[in-house]
Amino acid sequence: MIAATLAFYLFAAFATIGALNVIFQRNPVHSVLWLIFTFFNAAGLFVLLGAEFVAMILVVVYVGAVAVLFLFVVMMLDINITVVREGFLKYLPVGLGIGGILLVELITVFTSWAISDEADALRIAPTPDMADVSNTEALGNILYTDFAYLFQAAGIILLVAMIGSIVLTHRTRSGVRKQVIAQQNARTPADTLEIVKVESGKGLS
Amino acid sequence: MMAVSMTHFLTVAAILFTIGIFGIFLNRKNLIVILMSIELMLLAVNINFVTFSAFLGDLMGQVFTMLVLTVAAAEAAIGLAIVVVYYRAHRSIAVEDINELKG
Repeated sequence: MIAATLAFYLFAAFATIGALNVIFQRNPVHSVLWLIFTFFNAAGLFVLLGAEFVAMILVVVYVGAVAVLFLFVVMMLDINITVVREGFLKYLPVGLGIGGILLVELITVFTSWAISDEADALRIAPTPDMADVSNTEALGNILYTDFAYLFQAAGIILLVAMIGSIVLTHRTRSGVRKQVIAQQNARTPADTLEIVKVESGKGLS
Repeated sequence: MMAVSMTHFLTVAAILFTIGIFGIFLNRKNLIVILMSIELMLLAVNINFVTFSAFLGDLMGQVFTMLVLTVAAAEAAIGLAIVVVYYRAHRSIAVEDINELKG
């Protein structure tokens, strides 16, 4: 019990430190690395909550895919780091004001939260006893049956995103010799061959 | 079962969300850091979903978290693609320079 509490404060503190570093680092590459750090600690929080599958998915999807994508793009673009901090002080007051108000509001709401008595009856997919099935198994049981449409919709979203990003970034370069199979198949002997009758003793002039 | 209450997790999520908002306001020079701040805010939302899922005993929250993850991945891919295309055309991704839609 004491270990769980300790782990919670450790993960929470590191996640907060990581998030602060994401927005305060000068170099965007460092920001991405701190983002990865934050995601690892958030995955730790998820494990504490008993959601192992989501925690592992967070590590795989965010650290393995999204963060690497960010890293690639940051390194591809040539960003001048020295001018990145300009205008920092100009936006600090409004940022602090809005952020502070929002934080106070959210914490006020969350600390006065109480679960109503009917909440148990209103559950859509009650968690089964974790002694019988693991978290992953329980999620799979409902994801592929009750929420199959949601699952398909997620697939469609990924497909659209994939096609969209390919179409956006694709460049047709001129001057590149490429094989066009349709052109090759459309060639006829009449286009390319010429039969010449050579008279004997004269040759081709 | 747990020594840490629901409020603790929700407070962490609130702090992360606020940091995300703060990052959007502060970084006026780099569009990529703004995208990263949005990822932080989505992470805070995910923490909220999983917290309620765990403490209410309803798996729906975790299903939703996976959908949010999917949308976040798609959003990051398309957002970064737009950034790359914009950089190719204008050689800059400073937020202040991106004002061509002002009219």
